[in-house]
Amino acid sequence: MKHKTLSSSRKAYVGCMKALMYLCAGLTGALVLFLVGYVLVKGLPNITWELLSTSPSYLTERIGILPDLMNTIYIVLATIVIVLPLGVGAAIYLTEYAKNKKLVAVIEYAAETLSGIPSIIYGLAGMLIFCEVLGMGTSLLAGALTLAVMNLPTILRTTQESLKTVPQSYREGAFGLGAGKWRVVRTVVLPGCIDGVITGCILSVGRILGESAALLFTAGFAHALHGIFDGLSSPGATLTVALYVYAKEEGEFEVAFAIAAILMLLTLAINLAAEFVARHFQKKKAL
Amino acid sequence: MKQYLKKQALERVIHGVFLLLGLVTVGCVLLITIYLIVSGIPAIRKIGLVPFLFGKVWASTSKTNPQYGILPFILTSVYGTAGAIVLGVPIGFFTAVYLAKLAPPQLKSILSSAVSLLSGIPSVVYGLVGMLVLVPGIRKLFHIPDGASLLAAIIVLAIMILPSIIKVSVTALEAVPKEYEDASLALGATPVETYLRVSVPAARSGIAAAVVLGVGRAIGEAMAVMMVSGNAPNLPTSLFESVRFLTTAVASEMSYSSGLQQQALFSIALVLFLFILLINATLNFFLKRGKEA
Repeated sequence: MKHKTLSSSRKAYVGCMKALMYLCAGLTGALVLFLVGYVLVKGLPNITWELLSTSPSYLTERIGILPDLMNTIYIVLATIVIVLPLGVGAAIYLTEYAKNKKLVAVIEYAAETLSGIPSIIYGLAGMLIFCEVLGMGTSLLAGALTLAVMNLPTILRTTQESLKTVPQSYREGAFGLGAGKWRVVRTVVLPGCIDGVITGCILSVGRILGESAALLFTAGFAHALHGIFDGLSSPGATLTVALYVYAKEEGEFEVAFAIAAILMLLTLAINLAAEFVARHFQKKKAL
Repeated sequence: MKQYLKKQALERVIHGVFLLLGLVTVGCVLLITIYLIVSGIPAIRKIGLVPFLFGKVWASTSKTNPQYGILPFILTSVYGTAGAIVLGVPIGFFTAVYLAKLAPPQLKSILSSAVSLLSGIPSVVYGLVGMLVLVPGIRKLFHIPDGASLLAAIIVLAIMILPSIIKVSVTALEAVPKEYEDASLALGATPVETYLRVSVPAARSGIAAAVVLGVGRAIGEAMAVMMVSGNAPNLPTSLFESVRFLTTAVASEMSYSSGLQQQALFSIALVLFLFILLINATLNFFLKRGKEA
């Protein structure tokens, strides 16, 4: 054996530290298992077709989460549509156009600041700026705009990282053939950063699905069913906000757990998708 | 020639468009900062900075004598964050060392996915599980009338900051040059000694950044904490007290507030924002030092 001559105090140190590491790693793993298992076991039996396909009604004392589901879909779509051009554009500016190093540093610092701001502050600022000053009132659109600002740094960062992996020689080749800057960006750079954009989108969707504090005061709590355009201009609760309302204000824990189970399944799906995409693009890059 | 000029004009326009898109980020930060300051100042002026920051009583809804002291919220946020760090950092640290250095590849990939999943779970789900498992558990274990307390919030926050701490620490530990570890092993240190006494000090900036990131997450969390902390504006004198954080102070009264009460809530958000800016600056300091090292 290699360490036969180890003194007893060193042996004790190594043993203790190893035990601590196993213990903590085990604890983390067990925690995840418990959380996922508990939510699914308590929630899945409460998911019924009636719950998923109806609106809540006080007359029949029925609780349905269809409006909340639709609101979630609307807000995810609207946020991605708003944030994508902003984030990708900013990333392209930073890596392809910007020559002024100070400006780049300022923009990157701003992005870092944005990613550190807690969602409750986004909610408040969104309420002030979008709902009151811009006169949108409490609406899904105001919520989507707030979430777009919140997810801007995510899209910016993932796009920027994948732009950095586009080989410089591709750009030089295109320039050498006489292409202008815009043509190079459009035909060489943009296709090269598609993996970063997709990763960013998946991460953002995950964050939007889980967000609640930023939506409380911007998108509100309403449970009415709308089409997408009516929906965007009227207030509405997403799944997370509905969960909060049902659990904290109305004490409807069965419904809350059903929503929690749906959210848990969505989170699982998003994580799997993110890993799949990362692996897929890594393989492609290795080729 | 004419076509060339036209093309150049187009290029310039497109350059301008991308410049604008790049500046949106800066604009957002400025806009948020300005709005928070503009809407946060009036209440502080009316109440007075010292009575606002150090007042011990928050009675915003009192009709006869409303009082707006946010010391209970500030202390709760500080204690709650400190508690979450004390509880979460050791667990996260040892898990990170195990993941980065000791874990067999398959187990590592499973545990890493589990940690990512933990960071993806919505905070209301943490709150819900906390409400129905943790709060009754604390009530029974310590024989107190209500388990919704500072302790419950600390435990939930500690779990919620685990993924940030683990992920950032693992990245830092994996970036330690292999030569450092080889040299230590060649000198006769065991692997565990090497990882804890060579790799960890070499990655200390990254690990410090992980802790600061955790602080930021903990102090900014609102919904999960709101569901388990009881929400009474008490001074946090014991772990079992029902308390209100800076974040939950804003969230719990915003929907029905008006006048000075609402302005005071904006001022609370401003205080929280200042805390966050301070934490961000610290985070940047450690990240930069990590890059230079």
